[in-house]
Amino acid sequence: MPKTDYVIEAKNLKKSYGATEVLRGINLQVERGTMLALLGPNGAGKTTTVRILSTLLTFDGGTATVEGYDVIKQSDKVRRVIGLTGQSAAVDELLTGRENLIMMGQLYRLTPASAKARAQELLEEFDLVKAADRTAKTYSGGMRRRLDLAVSLIATPPVIFLDEPTTGLDPRSRLSMWAIIKKLMESGTTILLTTQYLDEADQLADKIVVIDDGLVIAEGTSSELKRKVGNDRLELTFADDSTMNKALEVLGKHVIDTNNKEYTATVVITDPNIDVRQVLVTLSDQKVKVESMAIHKPTLDDVFLSLTGKQKPKDKKEKK
Amino acid sequence: MAVELVFEKKPNWLLSLNDSRLMIKRSATHIIRNTDQLLGAFFQPIMFLVLFSTVFGGAISKSLPAGISYLNFLMAGIIVQTVAFGSTTTAVSVSNDLQKGIVDRFRSLPMANLAVLNGHVVSDLFRNVISTTVMLLTGLIIGFRSHASPLHWLYITGILTLFTFAFSWLAAIVGVFAKSVEAVQWLTFVLIFPLTFASSAFVPASSFPRYLKVFAVNQPITQVVEAVRALILGLSVGNHAWLAVSWSIGLLVIAMPLASWLFRRKTSQ
Repeated sequence: MPKTDYVIEAKNLKKSYGATEVLRGINLQVERGTMLALLGPNGAGKTTTVRILSTLLTFDGGTATVEGYDVIKQSDKVRRVIGLTGQSAAVDELLTGRENLIMMGQLYRLTPASAKARAQELLEEFDLVKAADRTAKTYSGGMRRRLDLAVSLIATPPVIFLDEPTTGLDPRSRLSMWAIIKKLMESGTTILLTTQYLDEADQLADKIVVIDDGLVIAEGTSSELKRKVGNDRLELTFADDSTMNKALEVLGKHVIDTNNKEYTATVVITDPNIDVRQVLVTLSDQKVKVESMAIHKPTLDDVFLSLTGKQKPKDKKEKK
Repeated sequence: MAVELVFEKKPNWLLSLNDSRLMIKRSATHIIRNTDQLLGAFFQPIMFLVLFSTVFGGAISKSLPAGISYLNFLMAGIIVQTVAFGSTTTAVSVSNDLQKGIVDRFRSLPMANLAVLNGHVVSDLFRNVISTTVMLLTGLIIGFRSHASPLHWLYITGILTLFTFAFSWLAAIVGVFAKSVEAVQWLTFVLIFPLTFASSAFVPASSFPRYLKVFAVNQPITQVVEAVRALILGLSVGNHAWLAVSWSIGLLVIAMPLASWLFRRKTSQ
Protein backbone atom coordinates (compact mmCIF):
# COMPACT_ATOMS: atom_id res chain seq x y z
CA MET A 1 0.00 0.00 0.00
CA PRO A 2 1.36 3.39 -0.95
CA LYS A 3 1.93 5.64 2.04
CA THR A 4 2.33 9.32 1.39
CA ASP A 5 4.03 11.71 3.74
CA TYR A 6 0.68 13.10 4.70
CA VAL A 7 -1.89 11.15 6.65
CA ILE A 8 -4.75 13.21 5.25
CA GLU A 9 -4.38 14.82 1.87
CA ALA A 10 -6.85 16.62 -0.39
CA LYS A 11 -5.87 17.98 -3.77
CA ASN A 12 -8.04 20.42 -5.66
CA LEU A 13 -11.22 19.03 -4.10
CA LYS A 14 -14.39 20.15 -5.89
CA LYS A 15 -18.02 19.55 -5.05
CA SER A 16 -21.19 21.10 -6.44
CA TYR A 17 -24.87 20.71 -5.70
CA GLY A 18 -26.49 21.58 -9.02
CA ALA A 19 -25.25 25.03 -9.90
CA THR A 20 -23.99 25.76 -6.40
CA GLU A 21 -20.27 25.19 -6.01
CA VAL A 22 -19.65 24.26 -2.41
CA LEU A 23 -15.97 23.39 -2.77
CA ARG A 24 -14.00 25.16 -5.48
CA GLY A 25 -10.65 23.43 -5.23
CA ILE A 26 -9.61 22.76 -1.64
CA ASN A 27 -6.03 21.68 -0.94
CA LEU A 28 -4.92 20.48 2.44
CA GLN A 29 -2.38 18.19 4.02
CA VAL A 30 -2.15 16.90 7.55
CA GLU A 31 1.12 15.46 8.81
CA ARG A 32 1.23 12.42 11.07
CA GLY A 33 0.54 13.14 14.70
CA THR A 34 -0.47 16.75 14.13
CA MET A 35 -3.74 18.65 14.21
CA LEU A 36 -4.99 20.78 11.37
CA ALA A 37 -7.86 23.16 12.06
CA LEU A 38 -10.21 24.03 9.25
CA LEU A 39 -11.47 27.47 10.17
CA GLY A 40 -14.34 29.21 8.47
CA PRO A 41 -17.87 30.54 8.86
CA ASN A 42 -21.02 28.47 8.35
CA GLY A 43 -21.39 27.47 4.73
CA ALA A 44 -17.68 27.83 3.94
CA GLY A 45 -17.46 24.12 3.08
CA LYS A 46 -15.93 22.75 6.28
CA THR A 47 -18.46 20.01 6.89
CA THR A 48 -18.55 19.10 3.20
CA THR A 49 -14.76 18.66 3.26
CA VAL A 50 -14.91 16.45 6.34
CA ARG A 51 -17.75 14.39 4.91
CA ILE A 52 -15.74 13.75 1.76
CA LEU A 53 -12.58 12.82 3.66
CA SER A 54 -14.51 10.48 5.95
CA THR A 55 -16.01 8.62 2.93
CA LEU A 56 -19.56 9.87 3.48
CA LEU A 57 -19.81 11.97 0.36
CA THR A 58 -18.77 11.67 -3.28
CA PHE A 59 -17.14 14.62 -5.01
CA ASP A 60 -16.80 16.04 -8.50
CA GLY A 61 -13.10 16.77 -8.89
CA GLY A 62 -9.69 16.36 -7.31
CA THR A 63 -8.34 13.57 -5.12
CA ALA A 64 -8.58 12.73 -1.45
CA THR A 65 -6.59 10.17 0.51
CA VAL A 66 -6.40 9.09 4.15
CA GLU A 67 -3.36 7.04 5.19
CA GLY A 68 -2.63 6.74 1.47
CA TYR A 69 -6.00 5.12 0.75
CA ASP A 70 -8.31 6.68 -1.83
CA VAL A 71 -11.50 7.72 0.00
CA ILE A 72 -13.71 6.56 -2.88
CA LYS A 73 -11.97 3.46 -4.23
CA GLN A 74 -10.68 2.19 -0.89
CA SER A 75 -13.41 3.51 1.38
CA ASP A 76 -13.46 0.24 3.34
CA LYS A 77 -9.80 0.61 4.26
CA VAL A 78 -10.26 4.28 5.11
CA ARG A 79 -13.14 3.43 7.45
CA ARG A 80 -10.90 1.13 9.44
CA VAL A 81 -8.48 3.89 10.31
CA ILE A 82 -10.77 6.86 10.93
CA GLY A 83 -13.07 8.05 13.68
CA LEU A 84 -15.69 10.71 13.02
CA THR A 85 -17.35 13.04 15.48
CA GLY A 86 -20.02 15.00 13.71
CA GLN A 87 -21.82 18.24 14.36
CA SER A 88 -25.06 16.64 15.39
CA ALA A 89 -23.81 14.23 17.99
CA ALA A 90 -24.62 10.89 16.38
CA VAL A 91 -25.22 8.50 19.21
CA ASP A 92 -28.21 6.24 19.64
CA GLU A 93 -30.53 8.00 22.06
CA LEU A 94 -32.42 4.93 23.17
CA LEU A 95 -29.27 3.01 24.02
CA THR A 96 -27.21 3.68 27.13
CA GLY A 97 -23.76 5.21 26.90
CA ARG A 98 -22.19 1.83 27.51
CA GLU A 99 -24.41 0.06 24.95
CA ASN A 100 -23.53 2.71 22.36
CA LEU A 101 -19.83 2.17 22.93
CA ILE A 102 -19.98 -1.61 22.87
CA MET A 103 -22.16 -1.71 19.76
CA MET A 104 -19.95 0.71 17.85
CA GLY A 105 -16.87 -1.16 19.01
CA GLN A 106 -18.20 -4.39 17.56
CA LEU A 107 -19.12 -2.61 14.34
CA TYR A 108 -15.48 -1.50 14.23
CA ARG A 109 -14.68 -5.23 14.27
CA LEU A 110 -13.57 -5.43 17.89
CA THR A 111 -14.34 -8.71 19.65
CA PRO A 112 -17.21 -8.43 22.17
CA ALA A 113 -14.85 -8.81 25.14
CA SER A 114 -12.46 -6.23 23.77
CA ALA A 115 -15.28 -3.77 23.00
CA LYS A 116 -16.60 -4.17 26.54
CA ALA A 117 -13.26 -3.55 28.20
CA ARG A 118 -12.48 -0.58 25.99
CA ALA A 119 -15.96 0.88 26.65
CA GLN A 120 -15.32 0.81 30.39
CA GLU A 121 -11.97 2.47 29.90
CA LEU A 122 -13.46 5.27 27.80
CA LEU A 123 -16.35 5.81 30.20
CA GLU A 124 -13.81 6.36 32.95
CA GLU A 125 -11.61 8.56 30.82
CA PHE A 126 -14.51 10.74 29.68
CA ASP A 127 -16.12 11.05 33.10
CA LEU A 128 -19.24 9.17 32.07
CA VAL A 129 -19.14 6.29 34.54
CA LYS A 130 -22.12 7.52 36.57
CA ALA A 131 -24.23 7.97 33.45
CA ALA A 132 -22.96 4.83 31.74
CA ASP A 133 -26.15 2.84 32.15
CA ARG A 134 -28.62 5.63 31.44
CA THR A 135 -30.00 6.10 27.93
CA ALA A 136 -28.19 8.80 25.95
CA LYS A 137 -31.51 10.66 25.66
CA THR A 138 -31.05 11.78 29.26
CA TYR A 139 -27.54 13.21 28.69
CA SER A 140 -26.71 16.91 28.72
CA GLY A 141 -25.24 18.52 25.61
CA GLY A 142 -21.70 18.26 26.95
CA MET A 143 -22.11 14.65 27.99
CA ARG A 144 -23.51 13.75 24.62
CA ARG A 145 -20.54 15.30 22.84
CA ARG A 146 -18.17 13.44 25.12
CA LEU A 147 -19.97 10.18 24.42
CA ASP A 148 -19.92 10.97 20.72
CA LEU A 149 -16.18 11.51 20.82
CA ALA A 150 -15.67 8.41 22.97
CA VAL A 151 -17.62 6.37 20.40
CA SER A 152 -15.32 7.51 17.61
CA LEU A 153 -12.30 6.52 19.72
CA ILE A 154 -13.55 3.06 20.62
CA ALA A 155 -11.12 1.29 18.28
CA THR A 156 -8.38 3.92 18.80
CA PRO A 157 -8.21 4.87 15.13
CA PRO A 158 -5.01 6.73 14.16
CA VAL A 159 -7.01 9.45 12.35
CA ILE A 160 -9.84 11.46 13.88
CA PHE A 161 -12.20 13.98 12.28
CA LEU A 162 -13.74 16.43 14.72
CA ASP A 163 -16.48 18.40 13.02
CA GLU A 164 -17.21 21.44 15.19
CA PRO A 165 -16.87 19.51 18.44
CA THR A 166 -17.68 22.46 20.68
CA THR A 167 -20.33 24.37 18.72
CA GLY A 168 -23.26 25.06 20.99
CA LEU A 169 -21.52 23.98 24.19
CA ASP A 170 -21.38 26.11 27.30
CA PRO A 171 -17.93 27.45 28.27
CA ARG A 172 -17.29 24.79 30.89
CA SER A 173 -18.16 21.86 28.65
CA ARG A 174 -16.07 23.51 25.98
CA LEU A 175 -13.03 23.61 28.23
CA SER A 176 -13.44 19.98 29.23
CA MET A 177 -13.76 19.05 25.56
CA TRP A 178 -10.55 20.95 24.84
CA ALA A 179 -8.76 19.06 27.60
CA ILE A 180 -9.89 15.75 26.09
CA ILE A 181 -8.79 16.79 22.62
CA LYS A 182 -5.38 17.88 23.93
CA LYS A 183 -4.92 14.49 25.55
CA LEU A 184 -5.85 12.86 22.29
CA MET A 185 -3.16 14.87 20.53
CA GLU A 186 -0.56 13.79 23.05
CA SER A 187 -1.33 10.18 22.18
CA GLY A 188 -0.13 10.85 18.64
CA THR A 189 -3.48 10.80 16.87
CA THR A 190 -3.70 12.73 13.61
CA ILE A 191 -6.64 15.11 13.81
CA LEU A 192 -8.62 17.26 11.42
CA LEU A 193 -10.78 19.70 13.35
CA THR A 194 -13.29 22.13 11.96
CA THR A 195 -14.34 25.16 13.90
CA GLN A 196 -15.89 28.58 13.64
CA TYR A 197 -13.89 29.83 16.59
CA LEU A 198 -10.49 31.37 16.08
CA ASP A 199 -9.48 30.84 19.69
CA GLU A 200 -10.30 27.14 19.43
CA ALA A 201 -8.04 26.73 16.41
CA ASP A 202 -5.45 28.87 18.19
CA GLN A 203 -5.57 26.79 21.38
CA LEU A 204 -5.43 23.37 19.79
CA ALA A 205 -4.10 23.23 16.25
CA ASP A 206 -0.58 22.92 14.91
CA LYS A 207 -1.67 24.39 11.63
CA ILE A 208 -4.72 26.36 10.55
CA VAL A 209 -6.35 26.48 7.13
CA VAL A 210 -8.89 29.28 6.71
CA ILE A 211 -11.58 28.58 4.13
CA ASP A 212 -14.31 30.76 2.78
CA ASP A 213 -16.81 30.07 0.03
CA GLY A 214 -15.17 26.76 -0.88
CA LEU A 215 -11.64 28.11 -1.22
CA VAL A 216 -8.59 28.17 1.03
CA ILE A 217 -7.88 31.84 1.72
CA ALA A 218 -5.01 31.48 4.16
CA GLU A 219 -2.99 28.85 5.95
CA GLY A 220 -0.19 28.67 8.43
CA THR A 221 0.55 28.22 12.07
CA SER A 222 -1.47 30.12 14.59
CA SER A 223 1.29 32.69 15.07
CA GLU A 224 1.78 33.14 11.33
CA LEU A 225 -1.89 33.86 10.91
CA LYS A 226 -1.92 36.13 13.92
CA ARG A 227 0.87 38.15 12.43
CA LYS A 228 -1.33 38.66 9.40
CA VAL A 229 -4.45 39.28 11.40
CA GLY A 230 -2.80 41.33 14.07
CA ASN A 231 -2.88 40.92 17.76
CA ASP A 232 -5.25 42.39 20.28
CA ARG A 233 -7.65 45.06 19.25
CA LEU A 234 -8.07 48.29 21.14
CA GLU A 235 -11.51 49.76 20.85
CA LEU A 236 -11.74 53.47 21.70
CA THR A 237 -14.98 55.31 22.26
CA PHE A 238 -15.25 59.10 21.92
CA ALA A 239 -17.81 61.61 23.06
CA ASP A 240 -18.81 62.91 19.65
CA ASP A 241 -18.15 63.01 15.95
CA SER A 242 -15.56 65.78 15.94
CA THR A 243 -13.48 64.19 18.70
CA MET A 244 -13.50 60.95 16.80
CA ASN A 245 -12.45 62.57 13.55
CA LYS A 246 -9.59 64.26 15.31
CA ALA A 247 -8.51 60.92 16.78
CA LEU A 248 -8.67 59.32 13.35
CA GLU A 249 -6.31 62.00 12.03
CA VAL A 250 -3.87 61.40 14.86
CA LEU A 251 -3.90 57.62 14.68
CA GLY A 252 -3.90 57.42 10.89
CA LYS A 253 -3.43 53.99 9.35
CA HIS A 254 -3.49 52.10 12.64
CA VAL A 255 -7.26 52.38 12.71
CA ILE A 256 -8.81 49.35 11.04
CA ASP A 257 -12.46 49.92 11.76
CA THR A 258 -14.75 52.76 12.81
CA ASN A 259 -18.33 53.04 13.89
CA ASN A 260 -19.81 56.46 13.18
CA LYS A 261 -22.94 55.93 15.19
CA GLU A 262 -21.28 54.99 18.43
CA TYR A 263 -18.13 57.05 17.82
CA THR A 264 -15.78 54.13 18.20
CA ALA A 265 -12.50 53.40 16.47
CA THR A 266 -10.63 50.09 16.55
CA VAL A 267 -6.84 50.01 16.54
CA VAL A 268 -4.82 46.85 15.90
CA ILE A 269 -1.71 46.49 17.96
CA THR A 270 0.39 45.00 15.14
CA ASP A 271 3.56 46.94 15.69
CA PRO A 272 5.31 46.04 18.93
CA ASN A 273 6.39 49.69 19.19
CA ILE A 274 2.84 50.86 19.42
CA ASP A 275 1.22 49.67 22.57
CA VAL A 276 -1.90 50.69 24.38
CA ARG A 277 -0.06 53.19 26.57
CA GLN A 278 1.45 54.88 23.55
CA VAL A 279 -1.87 55.18 21.75
CA LEU A 280 -3.35 56.86 24.78
CA VAL A 281 -0.35 59.15 25.29
CA THR A 282 -0.45 60.21 21.66
CA LEU A 283 -4.15 61.00 21.89
CA SER A 284 -3.78 62.91 25.12
CA ASP A 285 -0.86 64.93 23.69
CA GLN A 286 -3.21 66.06 20.96
CA LYS A 287 -5.91 66.84 23.54
CA VAL A 288 -8.24 64.13 22.24
CA LYS A 289 -10.35 62.86 25.10
CA VAL A 290 -11.15 59.14 25.18
CA GLU A 291 -14.47 58.30 26.88
CA SER A 292 -13.85 54.57 27.28
CA MET A 293 -11.69 51.80 25.94
CA ALA A 294 -11.76 48.03 25.63
CA ILE A 295 -9.30 45.41 24.49
CA HIS A 296 -10.45 42.31 22.71
CA LYS A 297 -8.87 39.32 20.99
CA PRO A 298 -9.17 39.01 17.21
CA THR A 299 -12.32 37.16 16.22
CA LEU A 300 -13.22 35.27 13.09
CA ASP A 301 -14.64 38.56 11.80
CA ASP A 302 -11.25 40.15 12.22
CA VAL A 303 -9.58 37.26 10.40
CA PHE A 304 -11.85 37.76 7.47
CA LEU A 305 -11.50 41.47 7.60
CA SER A 306 -7.73 41.33 7.39
CA LEU A 307 -7.41 38.34 5.05
CA THR A 308 -10.05 39.23 2.53
CA GLY A 309 -10.66 42.87 3.22
CA LYS A 310 -14.33 42.12 3.67
CA GLN A 311 -16.57 41.37 6.61
CA LYS A 312 -17.28 37.80 7.54
CA PRO A 313 -19.78 36.51 5.00
CA LYS A 314 -23.32 36.14 6.23
CA ASP A 315 -23.97 32.68 7.60
CA LYS A 316 -25.25 30.41 4.91
CA LYS A 317 -26.91 27.15 5.64
CA GLU A 318 -24.42 24.47 4.83
CA LYS A 319 -25.70 21.77 2.56
CA LYS A 320 -25.38 18.24 3.72
CA MET B 1 -3.68 2.54 26.42
CA ALA B 2 -4.38 0.07 29.13
CA VAL B 3 -6.82 -2.14 27.26
CA GLU B 4 -5.37 -4.18 24.44
CA LEU B 5 -7.66 -4.19 21.46
CA VAL B 6 -8.47 -7.50 19.83
CA PHE B 7 -10.02 -7.39 16.38
CA GLU B 8 -12.24 -10.08 14.86
CA LYS B 9 -10.53 -12.30 12.33
CA LYS B 10 -13.67 -13.88 10.92
CA PRO B 11 -14.39 -13.83 7.18
CA ASN B 12 -16.22 -10.80 5.84
CA TRP B 13 -19.56 -12.45 5.19
CA LEU B 14 -19.72 -13.60 8.81
CA LEU B 15 -18.90 -10.13 10.03
CA SER B 16 -21.65 -8.70 7.81
CA LEU B 17 -24.09 -11.15 9.33
CA ASN B 18 -22.93 -10.07 12.75
CA ASP B 19 -23.56 -6.43 11.76
CA SER B 20 -27.16 -7.33 10.99
CA ARG B 21 -27.42 -9.16 14.30
CA LEU B 22 -26.17 -6.07 16.14
CA MET B 23 -28.61 -3.85 14.26
CA ILE B 24 -31.52 -6.19 15.01
CA LYS B 25 -30.58 -6.08 18.68
CA ARG B 26 -30.45 -2.28 18.49
CA SER B 27 -33.88 -1.95 16.84
CA ALA B 28 -35.41 -4.50 19.19
CA THR B 29 -34.05 -2.54 22.15
CA HIS B 30 -35.70 0.55 20.65
CA ILE B 31 -39.04 -1.24 20.58
CA ILE B 32 -38.75 -2.22 24.22
CA ARG B 33 -37.50 1.18 25.41
CA ASN B 34 -39.89 3.24 23.34
CA THR B 35 -42.76 2.88 25.81
CA ASP B 36 -45.31 4.88 23.79
CA GLN B 37 -44.78 2.69 20.76
CA LEU B 38 -44.87 -0.45 22.83
CA LEU B 39 -48.17 0.55 24.42
CA GLY B 40 -49.49 1.17 20.92
CA ALA B 41 -48.38 -2.27 19.78
CA PHE B 42 -50.14 -3.69 22.82
CA PHE B 43 -53.42 -1.79 22.99
CA GLN B 44 -54.17 -0.84 19.42
CA PRO B 45 -54.93 -4.41 18.30
CA ILE B 46 -57.10 -4.98 21.38
CA MET B 47 -59.02 -1.82 20.64
CA PHE B 48 -59.55 -2.65 16.98
CA LEU B 49 -60.60 -6.20 17.71
CA VAL B 50 -63.08 -5.31 20.43
CA LEU B 51 -64.49 -2.26 18.63
CA PHE B 52 -64.92 -3.87 15.24
CA SER B 53 -66.40 -7.07 16.56
CA THR B 54 -68.91 -5.33 18.79
CA VAL B 55 -69.78 -2.34 16.58
CA PHE B 56 -70.01 -4.09 13.21
CA GLY B 57 -70.60 -7.62 14.44
CA GLY B 58 -74.38 -7.40 14.62
CA ALA B 59 -74.86 -5.94 11.17
CA ILE B 60 -72.25 -7.91 9.30
CA SER B 61 -72.81 -11.36 10.75
CA LYS B 62 -76.11 -11.53 8.83
CA SER B 63 -74.24 -11.54 5.53
CA LEU B 64 -71.73 -14.17 6.64
CA PRO B 65 -72.17 -17.86 5.81
CA ALA B 66 -74.13 -19.71 8.44
CA GLY B 67 -72.15 -20.91 11.44
CA ILE B 68 -69.36 -18.32 11.16
CA SER B 69 -69.30 -15.64 13.85
CA TYR B 70 -68.09 -12.16 12.93
CA LEU B 71 -65.32 -12.40 15.52
CA ASN B 72 -63.95 -15.55 13.93
CA PHE B 73 -64.29 -13.97 10.49
CA LEU B 74 -62.65 -10.73 11.61
CA MET B 75 -59.59 -12.19 13.31
CA ALA B 76 -57.58 -12.76 10.11
CA GLY B 77 -58.46 -9.27 8.86
CA ILE B 78 -57.42 -7.54 12.05
CA ILE B 79 -54.14 -9.46 12.23
CA VAL B 80 -53.24 -8.53 8.66
CA GLN B 81 -54.36 -4.93 9.17
CA THR B 82 -52.20 -4.66 12.29
CA VAL B 83 -49.20 -6.02 10.41
CA ALA B 84 -49.78 -3.60 7.54
CA PHE B 85 -50.14 -0.57 9.80
CA GLY B 86 -47.30 -1.79 11.98
CA SER B 87 -44.91 -1.58 9.05
CA THR B 88 -45.21 2.21 9.44
CA THR B 89 -42.83 1.80 12.34
CA THR B 90 -40.11 0.59 9.99
CA ALA B 91 -40.64 3.66 7.83
CA VAL B 92 -40.51 5.94 10.86
CA SER B 93 -37.36 4.28 12.23
CA VAL B 94 -35.54 4.45 8.91
CA SER B 95 -36.52 8.08 8.45
CA ASN B 96 -35.49 8.89 12.03
CA ASP B 97 -32.07 7.33 11.55
CA LEU B 98 -31.53 9.30 8.38
CA GLN B 99 -32.65 12.60 9.94
CA LYS B 100 -30.66 12.24 13.13
CA GLY B 101 -27.30 11.60 11.54
CA ILE B 102 -26.68 8.22 13.12
CA VAL B 103 -26.58 6.71 9.63
CA ASP B 104 -23.56 8.94 8.98
CA ARG B 105 -21.90 7.44 12.00
CA PHE B 106 -22.63 3.92 10.78
CA ARG B 107 -21.37 4.78 7.32
CA SER B 108 -18.06 5.97 8.69
CA LEU B 109 -17.58 2.52 10.26
CA PRO B 110 -16.20 -0.52 8.44
CA MET B 111 -19.60 -2.24 8.67
CA ALA B 112 -22.20 -3.50 6.20
CA ASN B 113 -24.43 -0.43 5.95
CA LEU B 114 -27.53 -2.26 4.82
CA ALA B 115 -27.53 -3.97 8.21
CA VAL B 116 -29.33 -0.83 9.41
CA LEU B 117 -32.34 -1.63 7.22
CA ASN B 118 -32.19 -5.32 8.14
CA GLY B 119 -32.30 -4.35 11.79
CA HIS B 120 -35.48 -2.33 11.46
CA VAL B 121 -37.24 -4.84 9.24
CA VAL B 122 -36.49 -7.85 11.41
CA SER B 123 -37.38 -6.09 14.64
CA ASP B 124 -40.68 -5.12 13.02
CA LEU B 125 -41.40 -8.83 12.90
CA PHE B 126 -40.62 -9.04 16.59
CA ARG B 127 -43.12 -6.29 17.36
CA ASN B 128 -45.74 -7.96 15.20
CA VAL B 129 -45.34 -11.18 17.15
CA ILE B 130 -46.19 -9.21 20.31
CA SER B 131 -49.22 -7.55 18.70
CA THR B 132 -50.54 -10.74 17.16
CA THR B 133 -50.16 -12.73 20.37
CA VAL B 134 -51.97 -10.05 22.33
CA MET B 135 -54.72 -10.04 19.76
CA LEU B 136 -55.20 -13.79 19.74
CA LEU B 137 -55.33 -13.92 23.53
CA THR B 138 -57.86 -11.07 23.63
CA GLY B 139 -59.86 -12.88 20.97
CA LEU B 140 -59.92 -16.07 23.01
CA ILE B 141 -61.24 -14.14 26.00
CA ILE B 142 -64.10 -12.56 24.06
CA GLY B 143 -65.08 -15.75 22.27
CA PHE B 144 -62.77 -16.39 19.33
CA ARG B 145 -62.45 -20.08 18.48
CA SER B 146 -60.39 -21.60 15.72
CA HIS B 147 -60.55 -24.88 13.86
CA ALA B 148 -56.95 -24.69 12.76
CA SER B 149 -54.61 -27.57 13.53
CA PRO B 150 -51.04 -26.91 14.77
CA LEU B 151 -49.86 -27.51 11.20
CA HIS B 152 -52.32 -24.88 9.98
CA TRP B 153 -50.99 -22.44 12.54
CA LEU B 154 -47.54 -23.11 11.17
CA TYR B 155 -48.81 -22.22 7.67
CA ILE B 156 -50.45 -19.09 9.07
CA THR B 157 -47.18 -18.07 10.75
CA GLY B 158 -45.28 -18.61 7.50
CA ILE B 159 -47.72 -16.60 5.38
CA LEU B 160 -47.82 -13.74 7.90
CA THR B 161 -44.03 -13.67 8.32
CA LEU B 162 -43.50 -13.34 4.59
CA PHE B 163 -46.18 -10.67 4.39
CA THR B 164 -44.63 -8.75 7.30
CA PHE B 165 -41.22 -8.77 5.60
CA ALA B 166 -42.71 -7.64 2.30
CA PHE B 167 -44.57 -4.73 3.89
CA SER B 168 -41.64 -3.72 6.09
CA TRP B 169 -39.36 -3.50 3.07
CA LEU B 170 -41.98 -1.44 1.25
CA ALA B 171 -42.17 0.78 4.32
CA ALA B 172 -38.38 1.08 4.32
CA ILE B 173 -38.66 2.63 0.84
CA VAL B 174 -41.12 5.19 2.19
CA GLY B 175 -38.76 5.86 5.10
CA VAL B 176 -35.85 6.55 2.77
CA PHE B 177 -37.92 8.80 0.53
CA ALA B 178 -39.76 10.86 3.10
CA LYS B 179 -38.19 14.15 4.11
CA SER B 180 -39.53 14.05 7.67
CA VAL B 181 -41.14 11.69 10.14
CA GLU B 182 -44.46 13.54 9.71
CA ALA B 183 -44.30 12.88 5.99
CA VAL B 184 -43.82 9.20 6.76
CA GLN B 185 -46.96 9.17 8.88
CA TRP B 186 -49.29 10.51 6.22
CA LEU B 187 -47.58 8.73 3.32
CA THR B 188 -47.99 5.33 4.91
CA PHE B 189 -51.52 6.23 6.00
CA VAL B 190 -52.52 7.18 2.47
CA LEU B 191 -50.95 4.01 1.08
CA ILE B 192 -52.07 1.49 3.66
CA PHE B 193 -55.53 2.71 4.67
CA PRO B 194 -57.18 2.15 1.28
CA LEU B 195 -55.37 -1.15 0.83
CA THR B 196 -56.67 -2.60 4.08
CA PHE B 197 -60.20 -1.22 3.86
CA ALA B 198 -60.69 -2.02 0.17
CA SER B 199 -60.03 -5.66 0.95
CA SER B 200 -61.92 -8.49 2.55
CA ALA B 201 -60.28 -7.75 5.91
CA PHE B 202 -63.44 -6.47 7.64
CA VAL B 203 -66.33 -7.42 5.37
CA PRO B 204 -66.76 -10.00 2.60
CA ALA B 205 -65.61 -8.45 -0.68
CA SER B 206 -68.71 -9.82 -2.39
CA SER B 207 -70.70 -6.91 -0.96
CA PHE B 208 -68.54 -4.28 -2.72
CA PRO B 209 -69.61 -2.35 -5.81
CA ARG B 210 -68.24 -3.97 -8.96
CA TYR B 211 -65.21 -1.74 -9.70
CA LEU B 212 -64.08 -1.90 -6.09
CA LYS B 213 -64.53 -5.64 -6.03
CA VAL B 214 -62.22 -6.03 -9.02
CA PHE B 215 -59.56 -4.14 -7.13
CA ALA B 216 -60.24 -5.80 -3.79
CA VAL B 217 -60.08 -9.40 -4.89
CA ASN B 218 -56.87 -8.85 -6.84
CA GLN B 219 -54.76 -7.04 -4.30
CA PRO B 220 -52.27 -8.70 -1.92
CA ILE B 221 -53.99 -7.92 1.37
CA THR B 222 -57.15 -9.73 0.33
CA GLN B 223 -55.14 -12.80 -0.66
CA VAL B 224 -53.30 -12.88 2.64
CA VAL B 225 -56.50 -12.28 4.64
CA GLU B 226 -58.42 -14.95 2.73
CA ALA B 227 -55.64 -17.50 3.12
CA VAL B 228 -55.25 -16.89 6.86
CA ARG B 229 -59.02 -16.78 7.33
CA ALA B 230 -59.60 -20.08 5.56
CA LEU B 231 -56.90 -21.71 7.68
CA ILE B 232 -58.34 -20.27 10.90
CA LEU B 233 -61.90 -21.29 10.04
CA GLY B 234 -60.82 -24.71 8.79
CA LEU B 235 -62.15 -24.02 5.26
CA SER B 236 -60.53 -24.81 1.96
CA VAL B 237 -57.81 -22.26 1.13
CA GLY B 238 -58.13 -22.64 -2.63
CA ASN B 239 -55.80 -20.38 -4.58
CA HIS B 240 -55.42 -17.88 -1.78
CA ALA B 241 -52.46 -19.51 -0.04
CA TRP B 242 -50.12 -19.61 -2.99
CA LEU B 243 -51.37 -16.25 -4.28
CA ALA B 244 -50.63 -14.72 -0.86
CA VAL B 245 -47.16 -16.26 -0.82
CA SER B 246 -46.47 -15.20 -4.42
CA TRP B 247 -47.57 -11.64 -3.73
CA SER B 248 -45.32 -11.40 -0.68
CA ILE B 249 -42.31 -12.89 -2.46
CA GLY B 250 -42.95 -10.70 -5.49
CA LEU B 251 -43.11 -7.56 -3.35
CA LEU B 252 -39.98 -8.63 -1.48
CA VAL B 253 -38.03 -9.23 -4.66
CA ILE B 254 -38.83 -5.70 -5.79
CA ALA B 255 -38.81 -3.84 -2.49
CA MET B 256 -35.64 -5.27 -0.95
CA PRO B 257 -33.14 -4.27 -3.66
CA LEU B 258 -35.01 -1.03 -4.36
CA ALA B 259 -34.94 0.03 -0.70
CA SER B 260 -31.25 -0.91 -0.44
CA TRP B 261 -30.38 0.96 -3.61
CA LEU B 262 -32.33 4.05 -2.55
CA PHE B 263 -30.76 3.94 0.89
CA ARG B 264 -27.25 3.77 -0.56
CA ARG B 265 -28.02 6.58 -2.99
CA LYS B 266 -29.63 8.81 -0.40
CA THR B 267 -26.75 8.44 2.02
CA SER B 268 -23.92 9.18 -0.41
CA GLN B 269 -25.10 12.52 -1.75
